[in-house]
Amino acid sequence: MDILIYGTINSITLALYALGFAMVYGVSRLPNFAHGALYVLSGFIAWIFLNSLGVNYFFSILAAILITGVIGALIYQFVLIRVRGMEISEIMASYAIGLAILEGLRWGGFKGMTYTLPAFISGSTEIAGVPVDYQRLVVVVVGAAVVALLWIFTHYTRIGLALRGMAQDERAALMLGIDSDLMAVTAMGFGSMLAALAAILLLPLGNIVVESGYNILILAIAVCIVGGLGSWMGAVLAAFLIGFAQILTVVYLGSHFQMVVALLAIILTLIIKPSGLFGRQKELEERV
Amino acid sequence: MTTAIQQQRKERIDRGIKVRSDSIYAVMSLRELSYLGLPRIILIVGMLVLPLVVPSIYWQRVFTICCIYALLAISFDFLAHYVGLVSLGGAFFVGTGGYLAAIANTSLGLPPWLTIPLATVVGGCLCTLLLLPCLPLRGVYFAIVSLMYPLFLARLIEALDILGGTDGIMGIDSFPNRWVEQYSLIVILLLILFGVRRLVNTDLGLVLRGVMDNDQAIRASGISVTFYKSVAVFIASSMGCLSGAFLVHIYMWSGISQFALDFSIIPIAATIVGGGGTLAGPLLGCLLLVPISELLRDFGTLRIVFYALILVAFIIFRSEGLLVYGQRKYHQFERWIKI
Repeated sequence: MDILIYGTINSITLALYALGFAMVYGVSRLPNFAHGALYVLSGFIAWIFLNSLGVNYFFSILAAILITGVIGALIYQFVLIRVRGMEISEIMASYAIGLAILEGLRWGGFKGMTYTLPAFISGSTEIAGVPVDYQRLVVVVVGAAVVALLWIFTHYTRIGLALRGMAQDERAALMLGIDSDLMAVTAMGFGSMLAALAAILLLPLGNIVVESGYNILILAIAVCIVGGLGSWMGAVLAAFLIGFAQILTVVYLGSHFQMVVALLAIILTLIIKPSGLFGRQKELEERV
Repeated sequence: MTTAIQQQRKERIDRGIKVRSDSIYAVMSLRELSYLGLPRIILIVGMLVLPLVVPSIYWQRVFTICCIYALLAISFDFLAHYVGLVSLGGAFFVGTGGYLAAIANTSLGLPPWLTIPLATVVGGCLCTLLLLPCLPLRGVYFAIVSLMYPLFLARLIEALDILGGTDGIMGIDSFPNRWVEQYSLIVILLLILFGVRRLVNTDLGLVLRGVMDNDQAIRASGISVTFYKSVAVFIASSMGCLSGAFLVHIYMWSGISQFALDFSIIPIAATIVGGGGTLAGPLLGCLLLVPISELLRDFGTLRIVFYALILVAFIIFRSEGLLVYGQRKYHQFERWIKI
């Protein structure tokens, strides 16, 4: 029973990590290696608003999400747009930006275990005999809501449809009058906001540490690769696959193997089916 | 004013001396000979003299680390710009070579001059075998999978607690003295640099460049793409393993930090700064970047920030790199002409 419950929580967590990455890659084909850095950054922004400026918790969360979104959009508008389409330059540039953010935070004194965000609702309850704290329940509820809202957003709003159009066929979208650069910037903004949202939800469960930025990037990549790069719903399904696989390994093998599972998933998926389990097959683009 | 600019165009023309020294006329005069030879001689002499002129043992060690990164950077440059495989997994090669040398030294008791060639060849084979299933992958897929290999191995060693676990393998023999360490590395580096430059112009290099430009054409010619890719990966990973083996003997220690991202990222940064596709450019990039990062050591992690920002600036504003820029200025002159 606890495998089921913690598996679900872990899966939703992974989905939250990955959605921003999946969105950016889906729309602009940018493997955003600064994703983990944006995640950590938004946590620290919220912390600064809350503790240094003394703003109400709700507003500091809002501010953190919005500011991270704007930072993401600015990074794209002023830096990454210039290397658009050159995959390796994109990876290197976004990774370097992420590195600069993370190490800049570390230099700014944000290190150690002292930085925490308060939980939305403290305390815990029991579900079928398994203790679960309320924050994790909030994560599950909000995570599910985000996935649902994202689906509605991409199917029923103009911007969402434009983003999806870009993701499916950029040239056709251009011909229909969709500004592809603007949409790519928007996608990066939304992707960063999703990273920030994940951070706000999940950071109260632990400390805000700079090092977690790298792990989150790897987990996000793992989920997106297994689900198929560019497929958003694939990412959600893959999050459940990896989430349960991780919990099972923790139960039967030990917690050391959690990351090994994610990395093994990436390598195996890329070797066997590079387009992912739920991605569209693009045989010629991915293999010789 | 703007119209005046629009009607002008920059024209680049090869210098006369370059055209002459491209062909047999190169041997006609000392001037042409020195035009051809000078950059190479400066490089070789410079590399050989540098360890003698640097102020302290500390900077000698920095220079040694430079050479190790340069080996990795050349291997990255060769794979990326002559075979079309962008490998973000330099650390995979370093780690494999390092651990093999460490095991050969501590368990079998072999001396460094045997463990290093052994690690190079066996490590090259091992890396090629492990990467073999990924070789058909293209572009970003290969880049990501190669980035994950070193991380995976590091976590696996940590989780299974094999090969010394998180402590690593200690008590590895060092070189007899630091001059042997330094000069053997420099000579090997120079030999590899000029060797790879030769290699890319042989028939094998031609096929490899064909694999990069149009693999379907290579396939249609009845040549196995995967075979040639694996040959290229063997060459590149051997270089990486060689540098890893050297590193282990220099530090007398082998651990999972050899799979760290540094060994994947810094060589790539050096290649971007130095100029991709030139093979000597990555060496130049390492000679610039590694000392800069040492100079900034006082600033703590701020140096990584500087480093990252330099890298971003180069990717965006000078994506050709220093050496390509330098070569252009050396071989060509520019002038504005009216259209």
